[in-house]
Amino acid sequence: MADVIKKATRESYGEALRDLAEEYKDLVVLDADLAAATKTGIFKKAYPERFFDCGIAEANMMGVAAGLATCGKIPFASTFAMFAAGRAYEIVRNSIGYPHLNVKIGATHAGISVGEDGATHQCNEDIALMRTIPGMTIINPCDDVEAKAAVKAALDFNGPVYMRFGRLAVPVVNDAATYKFEIGKGVVMREGKDVTIVATGLMVNEALQAAETLAADGISARVVNIHTIKPLDKELIAKCAKETGLIVTAEEHSIIGGLGSAVAEAVTESCPVKVVKIGVNDEYGHSGPAVDLLKEFGLSAENIVKTVKANL
Amino acid sequence: MDAKMKKELQKTACKVRMGVIEGTYNAKSGHPGGSLSISDLLTYLYFDRMNIDPKDPDNADRDRFVLSKGHTAPALYSVLAQKGFFPEEELKSLRHIGAMLQGHPCIHIPGIDMSSGSLGQGISAACGMALAAKLNNKSYRVYTVLGDGEIEEGQVWEAAMFAAHYKLDNIVAVVDNNGLQIDGPVTEVCSPEPITDKFAAFGWHVITMDAHDFDSIEAAFAEADTVKGKPVAIIQKSVKGKGVSFMENQVGWHGTAPNKEQYEQAMSELKAQLAGLED
Repeated sequence: MADVIKKATRESYGEALRDLAEEYKDLVVLDADLAAATKTGIFKKAYPERFFDCGIAEANMMGVAAGLATCGKIPFASTFAMFAAGRAYEIVRNSIGYPHLNVKIGATHAGISVGEDGATHQCNEDIALMRTIPGMTIINPCDDVEAKAAVKAALDFNGPVYMRFGRLAVPVVNDAATYKFEIGKGVVMREGKDVTIVATGLMVNEALQAAETLAADGISARVVNIHTIKPLDKELIAKCAKETGLIVTAEEHSIIGGLGSAVAEAVTESCPVKVVKIGVNDEYGHSGPAVDLLKEFGLSAENIVKTVKANL
Repeated sequence: MDAKMKKELQKTACKVRMGVIEGTYNAKSGHPGGSLSISDLLTYLYFDRMNIDPKDPDNADRDRFVLSKGHTAPALYSVLAQKGFFPEEELKSLRHIGAMLQGHPCIHIPGIDMSSGSLGQGISAACGMALAAKLNNKSYRVYTVLGDGEIEEGQVWEAAMFAAHYKLDNIVAVVDNNGLQIDGPVTEVCSPEPITDKFAAFGWHVITMDAHDFDSIEAAFAEADTVKGKPVAIIQKSVKGKGVSFMENQVGWHGTAPNKEQYEQAMSELKAQLAGLED
């Protein structure tokens, strides 16, 4: 695995904005004094006249984005997930969601892998919050290839989109040459018949590794990548429930209200099977290196293997 | 302002106030006090100032209006009906189930440029519209109206900082300084004063005007037109409940609808005012 390419999806976000700006003339980028961290600085360097720093004022940034969208611009409002979904929740809900405006929210530094900054900046609740907003599309890409494709898809889509990116460099698992992204469509990354591991974001790679280990032990695990958490690919989830029974979900997010909850809600309506959720339990994170935190909070291939075995 | 124009605006403002009473009475809820305090302002904007066309409500070059103090939607709906964006009859179904006219402005209503009502948010959207004009090389102007209680919201000052930083001289924010908010006088609840100094300190050109005198209103906006490189704040000194004697300066009329008796009295007062304006 020494030659695995790793890249943080926030980096992919900044690069995608820069690379798509020429084609999409109405694309503009807003940030809240975090351009170096969210990587919108990459866009700013190339298109300074289309970049607007709003200062440390996320509520206003979301409102400005809404106003720009009413006039035909396609704003990408960028900040950490904590402030985009958390602090600015009500502005996103009332000024972007309710009028269903064409605003894209680029939320970086999502989840526990923020690392050393600790609990105040580790947003494990953003998917849950955004899911409650009618008409909000939520995309949580798993790697560089998917993150870039998601930005393009969001640009081609008319309506509010919440995109979730990470701080930590993660392995590139998709092939850029053949990868196709469709909003709302889950991707079967690996076939299997005994269990389906439904993963999102950086947990997709962990799920793939877990499936390898399980295969060595004679367990056939299907791996499904749900990059679009809303609207959820309910058909695929129902199909998996029917075909493999047990579902294990894996997300770098609270087990309350995120992917696991969405999947559980879907299967109870279509094909009730046991759904076991791997994610951050009902607790805060703390400071530490991202890789150590992921292990500690059970966001690892090892814990997926253990969980599958315990529930089969 | 010439006398004929002034009289026309006064008559229209009177009809706008009747619409406010009609709407809130039929809704059995809503916010008549702050609607009446901005009725003259909205009449001036929609009948004298703004470049808008009810037949072409989505024209990209039109002036924009955001009612940041969205709870006073009855005044906005009433002026839009007077202007011909939709039939006056709609006012009677304000806030009713299945009705077009929602309790707070909704972007899907003809003539409404932005959903608003959660206080402090409209001014940010107005800033976005003003920025878009600069980016798209459009000469339209953006008008927004805030309450003096509303400016207690922190987001207002985030927006104020932003507008000045980006030199949005195509935005005019009017603060409706009627002095009353739900819990009482603004100076007693959590004082936003001194309002003019605050906006000036945030880099805005500040003008004050008498909210119920069309000469004063016209002079304020004429001054706003001359300002370059800065956003403009107009602090309008107004009377909450203006035009209906028993509602004037009464905090209780912030969010209470008139009953039948009060409705009839209010309408008869407004009708008398209108009759007095007829030649």
